[in-house]
Amino acid sequence: MSPVILNALEVILNGLMAGVMYALVALGFVLIYKASGIFNYAQGVMALFAALTLVGFQTGQIPFAHLINAIFGTKLHHWGDGMNTFLAIILTMLVMILFAWLLEKIVLKHMVNQAPIILFMTTIGLAYFMEGFGDLMWGADIKTMDVGLPSGGSFWLEDFTRGWAAEGTEYYGMYIDVLDVWAAGIAILLVIALTLFSQYTKTGRALRAVADDHQAALTVGISLRSIWIIVWSLAGFVALVAGIMWGSKSGVQFSLSLIALKALPVLILGGFTSIPGAIIGGLIIGVGEKLFEYSIGSMIGGATENWFAYVLALAFLMFRPQGLFGEKIIERV
Amino acid sequence: MFYREAGDFKTSYAKDQQSFPIKLDRYWVWGVLAIAFLVVPFFINDYWEKSVLLPFLVWSMAALGLNILTGYCGQVSLGTGGFMAVGAYACYKLMVAFPGLNIFIIVILAGLITAVVGIAFGLPSLRIKGFYLAVATLAAQFFLVWMFNKIPWFYNNSASGMITSPERLMFGVPITGASAPPWATYLFCLTLVTIFAFIARNLTRGRIGRSWMAIRDMDIAAEIIGVPPLQAKLSAFAVSSFYIGMSGAMLFGVYLGSAEPTEAFGIDKSFLVLFMVIVGGLGSILGSFLGAAFLVLVPVLMKNIMVGGFGWPADLAAHLELLFIGALIMFFLIVEPHGLAQLWRMTKEKLRLWPFPH
Repeated sequence: MSPVILNALEVILNGLMAGVMYALVALGFVLIYKASGIFNYAQGVMALFAALTLVGFQTGQIPFAHLINAIFGTKLHHWGDGMNTFLAIILTMLVMILFAWLLEKIVLKHMVNQAPIILFMTTIGLAYFMEGFGDLMWGADIKTMDVGLPSGGSFWLEDFTRGWAAEGTEYYGMYIDVLDVWAAGIAILLVIALTLFSQYTKTGRALRAVADDHQAALTVGISLRSIWIIVWSLAGFVALVAGIMWGSKSGVQFSLSLIALKALPVLILGGFTSIPGAIIGGLIIGVGEKLFEYSIGSMIGGATENWFAYVLALAFLMFRPQGLFGEKIIERV
Repeated sequence: MFYREAGDFKTSYAKDQQSFPIKLDRYWVWGVLAIAFLVVPFFINDYWEKSVLLPFLVWSMAALGLNILTGYCGQVSLGTGGFMAVGAYACYKLMVAFPGLNIFIIVILAGLITAVVGIAFGLPSLRIKGFYLAVATLAAQFFLVWMFNKIPWFYNNSASGMITSPERLMFGVPITGASAPPWATYLFCLTLVTIFAFIARNLTRGRIGRSWMAIRDMDIAAEIIGVPPLQAKLSAFAVSSFYIGMSGAMLFGVYLGSAEPTEAFGIDKSFLVLFMVIVGGLGSILGSFLGAAFLVLVPVLMKNIMVGGFGWPADLAAHLELLFIGALIMFFLIVEPHGLAQLWRMTKEKLRLWPFPH
């Protein structure tokens, strides 16, 4: 095979891996959208917040140290050497559940029966709030995350593919980050677990009932409010997983929440209500933007990854507004 | 007692249909304008110009534009930053290409160019709505900013990739450039904003504004009673982008003096303008001004109190500001979805009755 085809193949593979990462964030959106009709813009910031909290616990930072120092003139920063990664993950999950509970108590309770666009704008406000809160709690500096996942290039794949190129050409094998492969595996596990949960458990059935019809679910005795808390906790869990993956890949920093914006075109492609749609949409966007950057991007100045996903989604919207797997919206004006 | 419609008799249709039919409203508007035009220019200094008055005027213009689209026509847009960038770059290219052209006309031309771009990106609104449309406008935001970053023609191949506004005079006084006196830039922006706020007020009272509101309230019903959705939505996009383009031109040409697309017109600016509209009041001209004033003044105040008053580090103040603004948005959407403008309406209601209970 010629190196051009091999390079393209490598780009596609890397795109698939990036797509899995987008899909991880998009999953959280779909969960909340299905259960409450809320389009949660804050999902990305939730991932950032979860990652910040996890790193904070791991390294033993004192929350709000910066603020306390400013008020009382103290010099607090760490309370010790930190804790076990596993314990930190559990604690972070507890924080996310507490967050879901508070959110329902303070904000969402009042937003029942509001127009979807009002709810959307509320979550934009929430995103700002959480960003400020996370920074205030743990500081805004870029942090490295290490939860023991392997990273770096896969030597096995490089050796394996080196022989594919034609004789006499310069080719050094494909480069794929092991972390991406891990992320893909975890994402697949997560989807299977979520599907099993929603199909075979009592709570899962209640979730689907609420997604179908709020009022009918209320009549058969499903508590809407506890379901919302569960859903936001689940979304918090997905955010934590996404936060760990993105955080290990590129450090815990503000740009993490911008990646979440990329989940929006993913959702438009896959459909807002479909979990497999989120995965496939993510893969299409991932492969599409990497291929476009590889083939055309360099000719027109590069960095096309910034907008390619959105323009693709825009074009897609014109022809199939419900997405690939979404429920059909019959409404034309 | 202090605010009343009774006893305000009109003897002609023209008087009945003027912009502010109620006498007290009229006095109030004239009073504010008189202070803004005749008193403030004598007391303005560099600090007030750069950190309060100019940003207030520029963002009011942007908020007016977004309020026309989101508040009056019901189409949510997250592309405001991108459209402001179009206005800014159109302004820059025009200023460089036609050095003799009056800056006032350049700003309006920049608005017109933005209107054309706005129509192009408004086309999807004919098929999609709600947050689907919001995502579509995100495409405008990211694509336009990328384009101004990457295509050298837009910034005339300047080495830094930034655009800098050259000095332009009006009545012999510099309006743009480093040597422009504060009162001149202030009066220039104030004149533009005043003129176009009056136009917006009258547009939204008239046929076209009513067709926007009909589309917002229920598009199917609006179409059945004969409002053409194509015209209504695209005209809303055009007018809104026109205002936003002018605000972008003012932001770059008069206020900042130089700009770099990802910094000055990023997605956070789109959200800022959206927040101004929400806090001020969706579907209210006065609300656009209140929202802009609020979101310009709050950060200045918080910074002065926390950094200047308590001596806290600046990054801490920035975090608290984010936290506060986010909480504020949620608060307003829960407690008062009609924003600050509704508070003013309630105040008027109270003033009308006071001191009697009914």
